[in-house]
Parts: sequence; C-alpha cells; structure tokens
Amino acid sequence: MIESFKPKFWEHVDSGAQVTRHMFNFRRIWSHGVIWTSMVSILPLIALALADYNVTQQSIESEILLRTSRLVSNTRRTLSFFLVERRAALDFIVQDNRFEALNSESRLNRMLTNLKESFGGFADLGIIDQNGRQNTYVGPYNLLGKDYSQQEWFQKVCDQGVYISDVFKGYRNVPHMVIAVRSMIGEGGFYILRATVAIEQFNQILAHLEITGQGDAFIVNHKGVLQTPSRSHGNVLEKMALPVPLYDPNTVVVEGDTDDGERLIIGYAYIEQSPFILMIVKQKEALMAPWYITRKELFGFLGVSLALIVVVILCMTTYLVNSIFLADQKRVMSLHHIEYANKMASVGRLAAGVAHEINNPLAIINEKAGLIKDLLSFGSEVKNKQKLIGSIDAVSASVDRCAAITHRLLNFARHVDVTIQPVNLEDIVREVLGFLGKEAEYRCIEIIVSAAEDIPKIESDRGKLQQIFLNLFNNAFAAMSDGGRLQIDITRKGETYVLVTVEDNGCGIPESDLKRIFDPFFSTKTKVGGTGLGLSITYGLVHELGGDITVSSVIEHGTKFYIKLPLVTKEKKNASHSCLIGG
Amino acid sequence: MRPIRVLLVDDELELVSTIAERLDLRGFEAEWETSVDKTMQRTDICTFDIAILDIKMPKISGLALKEKLEAKCPHMKFIFLTGHGSGADFEKGAAAAGEMFYLVKPIHIDVLVDKIQKALSDQGGKV
Repeated sequence: MIESFKPKFWEHVDSGAQVTRHMFNFRRIWSHGVIWTSMVSILPLIALALADYNVTQQSIESEILLRTSRLVSNTRRTLSFFLVERRAALDFIVQDNRFEALNSESRLNRMLTNLKESFGGFADLGIIDQNGRQNTYVGPYNLLGKDYSQQEWFQKVCDQGVYISDVFKGYRNVPHMVIAVRSMIGEGGFYILRATVAIEQFNQILAHLEITGQGDAFIVNHKGVLQTPSRSHGNVLEKMALPVPLYDPNTVVVEGDTDDGERLIIGYAYIEQSPFILMIVKQKEALMAPWYITRKELFGFLGVSLALIVVVILCMTTYLVNSIFLADQKRVMSLHHIEYANKMASVGRLAAGVAHEINNPLAIINEKAGLIKDLLSFGSEVKNKQKLIGSIDAVSASVDRCAAITHRLLNFARHVDVTIQPVNLEDIVREVLGFLGKEAEYRCIEIIVSAAEDIPKIESDRGKLQQIFLNLFNNAFAAMSDGGRLQIDITRKGETYVLVTVEDNGCGIPESDLKRIFDPFFSTKTKVGGTGLGLSITYGLVHELGGDITVSSVIEHGTKFYIKLPLVTKEKKNASHSCLIGG
Repeated sequence: MRPIRVLLVDDELELVSTIAERLDLRGFEAEWETSVDKTMQRTDICTFDIAILDIKMPKISGLALKEKLEAKCPHMKFIFLTGHGSGADFEKGAAAAGEMFYLVKPIHIDVLVDKIQKALSDQGGKV
C-alpha cells in the first residue's frame, strides 16, 4: 500500500560517475522542503490562532464582567431609590405634620392609606415617643403601647435619626422590614415614625431583571442572611452558601467557586444607608457556552487548515521533487546519449585517419599488381622473375601494414564493454598515438613517450583509458600549431597510484577558463562545432576508474594534464542499473 | 621525339618506385624521390616536363613543393596525388592544378598516363 504512494525518487541511489550522476540528493531536498515549508506556514498559523483565542476569550470574559457590573450598578440604584423614596416619604410626613397631629389615630390612618395608594408596600405606621413607647399605631395588629426602648433598632434610630432594619418575619410570618425616622420636638425632645414595609416590591424588582447565564439576583444583609428569595442560593432568611463579600463603596465583580467547584461570576454592591448587599451571581460555564462553541469551531477550523496545509505541502513537494528527479533523469539520459555521440565522433575521427592510412598500402598493392601485370604482358618471364617475386613480397608487406591498421582499430573498438583487466599503460598510450601518428608526421609534431621502469601493469578498463587518452591527445593536437611537441610521461605516484602527464606546447588555456574546463557544455569552440563535453567526459571517465585529473596551463606556453590512476580499480556498478534500498 | 620526363615525389618508396617503373614500361622517362629536400637538391630538376606530387608529405606539403619547383622551372606541369579525400585538401589541390589534375589514390595507371598527356598538351597546372 505504502509502496504505491512512494515517489520514484525515494529509493534512487546514486553511484554513477561525475558527469552521468544526478546532481541532487532528492530525499534531502524533499525532507528539507517539507520541514521548512511546514514550519513557515504552520507555526505562524498556530501562533495567530492562539493569540486570537486568548484575545477573544479575554474580551468575552471582560465583556461578561462589564455587563454584570453594569447590571449590579443599575439594580443598586433602583433599590437605593426604592429605600430613599420610602424614607423621604416618612421624612415628609414628620416634617409636614406636628407631633400632635400625628398622634391622632384617624389622621395616621389616612396617611397609611395615602402611602399605600401612592407608594405601595406599607403595612403599618406607628408613632413612638422618646421613651420607646408606641403612642399611636395604625395597622393590622394591636401594637399600641408596646415598649421598644430596649430594642437595638430604637437605640440606633435615636443615635442616627434614621433606621432601616434587616428583613424579618415578625408576628405576621411574612418577610418585611422596618423603616424608622426620628423627628425632633422642642428642646431635646423627639419622637419616632416607624413604618413596616413588605419586601414584595424588592422581590419584584429583582425578579424582573433579565439575567443571563442562569443568573440569580438577591439581597443579603451584612451577616450573609438572604433578604429576598434566591433561585439557587437559599430561601428568605436562610444563610447563603457564599461568603459575605468584602465592603466596597463601588460595584464589584469577582470570580468565585461554589462548594461543587462550579465557577461563578459574582457581582455585588453595598446599598448605602441600609444593611443590604445586592448580589448578582451567574454561572460562568453557562455564560461562556457560546464561546465554547466558537472555540470548538476555531480549533476545528485550525485542525482542518493544518491538515490541508500539510497535505498540500506533501503533495506539492513530492510533485516538485519528482519533477526535478524526472528532469534530472532526462538530463542524465541525454548526457549518456551525448557521451555516446562523443564516442562515435571520436570513432569517426579515427575512421578518417584509418581510411587515409589504409589508402597508402592499398595504392602500393594496386601499383604492384599493375606492375606484375605489366611485367607479364611486356617483358620476358625469366628476366622479370626476380621483380615479380619482389613485387609480390611488397604486396604481402602492404597487406601486413593494412592488417596492422585494422587490428589496431579493432583492438580499439573491442574494449567498449566495462571490464577491468591488467593493462600496460604505455602500450595503451602508444596504441592511441598510433592513430595520430600520420597527422603528427605531416604536421611535424614531435611525440615523446617516456615511462618509468617501475610501472607495473594496472588493473583498469582498457576502453575507457583509450577514450581518455584519445580525447586528451586530440585536444593537444588541436591546441598545437605545426611543429609542436607532445610529451607523455608515466611515473609512479606513491604506493597505489600511477601518474600520467600529457604536456603540449600549444596555445594554453586562460586562467579564467581553467576552473571550468571540466564542466559539461563549457566550450570556447562552440562556433566551430565543439560540444564542450570532451573534457567533462574525460573527467567522468577518469573518476569512474577511481582516478583524478587536474590541469595546469600557461598561455602561449602550453597545457599540462595530470591523470592520477589507481593501480587497482574497483569495478563500479553502472548508475542506471543499481537501485539499492536504503543505501 | 624525346621521351617525356616525369618526376614522382611521394614519401612512400614502394609506391613511387613502382609507378615510375610502370611509366618507364609505357615509354616515359620516370624518376622518383621520397623527400622534398632531395628533390630540390637535384641539379637536373628542370629537365623534367611534368612532376607528380603527393599532397601530404612530412614537413612540407606537395603544394609548397609545387611553388618551389614552379619558381625554379616555370615550364613544368603538375599532377597531384592524395591518399586523403578531405574537402579542404581537394579544394587546395584543385585550385593549384585544376580539378582535372588532382587524383585520389589508389590510381589507375592508364588514367595517370592519360592525365600526363593531357597536362602536357593542355595548360595543365597553369590555371
């Protein structure tokens, strides 16, 4: 299964020679491509997503806090106003009426009725003198004459002039509270107007709040006792489970936990001049629910994007690297073709030389045959016998010459296959020079071959050596003008190498070109049919034999090639046939 | 009528000697040399009517030799032989001796004889 997805380049192993091998390590290009592209595309995306996640979450949280804070603040104002309104009404009564008038039960009753109608929630009214005795009372219970002097609230209203009580059930068994105001009469005297107010309206105010997140709005006193019913924090006059929040003159929103570990948003405000604390408690989880959905979508989108990016990167990289691989394979193949063409060109060059060389002995044979015929037709047999024998000998000698030439050519053509065998370098050099001998003769080029005596036979490829030397000698001949000198030296180089130097006194190679002469397609003779491959192929062949080739040159003085060849060449497998796994 | 004197110059000894002998058999007076130096050293050089030269010879080409001989013996006619059929050589030889008198080895003796006679009766080598 995996095999079918594996791109072609994956298991490609390069073992060819310099010119014919691939220029790239495809697996490394592929892995580097994938890693780097992924890094630069995935990391910023993740960073951006995380940043966005944090910013959004923070803004949602602060939005929740802000909204809670606003709600608490508004509600506090409403409740404050509610209390202030009722206190002001009582204040107005005591300011507007004299003590005597208020002590009239009928008048007080009328006021209670008016209060009930205009404000609502008032249950009873009472006038208490400075000794704490109830002087006058209108309401559903008979509390006339009751003594409040020992009660805490009486002390407070005496001290502070106004008093708002906690919610309590009292006789009526209905939660209510007491508002009392003090009024001064004469020198140091005072009385107190005391009203009972039902908390029904409180409840309604709180109940009508629109609270999100399964919120709960209620009032507690400073001891944490619930003053209004709550949805999930206990009933009226029960102690709430949450701790009593710390005093703060402003509206405060904090986060807290229930005993179950549930996260809560708690907004509270102390209501001034009252024992009440307004609390609005919301469940954070419920508030954050829409955000959790968004978050899920965000991460889902991120995940899908990442997967998509990775898939695209993998596909694109694989495709591109495979394209490079295929293109490079084409390049290698065409180089093989060109190399072959180059070989054929040198064979063609040889053929021209060979044809010319064979022509001379053929001409001799032709003339000798003609002479024999002449002798047989013109003169007397006996007299010409010696000449005939001489002519026939000359024919045989010429045939030998032709045979030597054809053998040399055959010898050259036979060793095209890759085979490592013991060869005598000097013989090969001379054999190759044999093809160029005539040209050298005509152009008066002096050829000197010198081989040190300790040169052993080396194990190498005969055909490749022939091609190497033919290319180099051809180049030298092209570089030299008539009357030049070509010197070939063969010496030992250390224990394991033989060094062949090919030196001509031709035109030389400019310094700037020296570094590039072994590059494929580098040529200064492209206009006169040079392919720029001769030396690059030579370079490749020398390396295939495990050797090395270097060059030095002086303009107008000549060029010297150094070919270092190992005594033993390890046979290499051809690049196109090897496909080792994991190598 | 005196026999036609023919000078053959080619670096292939067996070839020139044989051609010379065969021309002798056909009534010519043929002599041969294998090197340019020896040819130029001959004192009887201008006694030849026609020179048959190999285009490619070591050190000096047949064309250069022709220039030298022509300078010395203006009356001399020339025929070129070559073992090499390259275009550049052919053009040079044909320009120097005329297309008719440029022969590619191996040559047929009758053709050579024919060419010699034509060259002498004609303006051979004087294009």
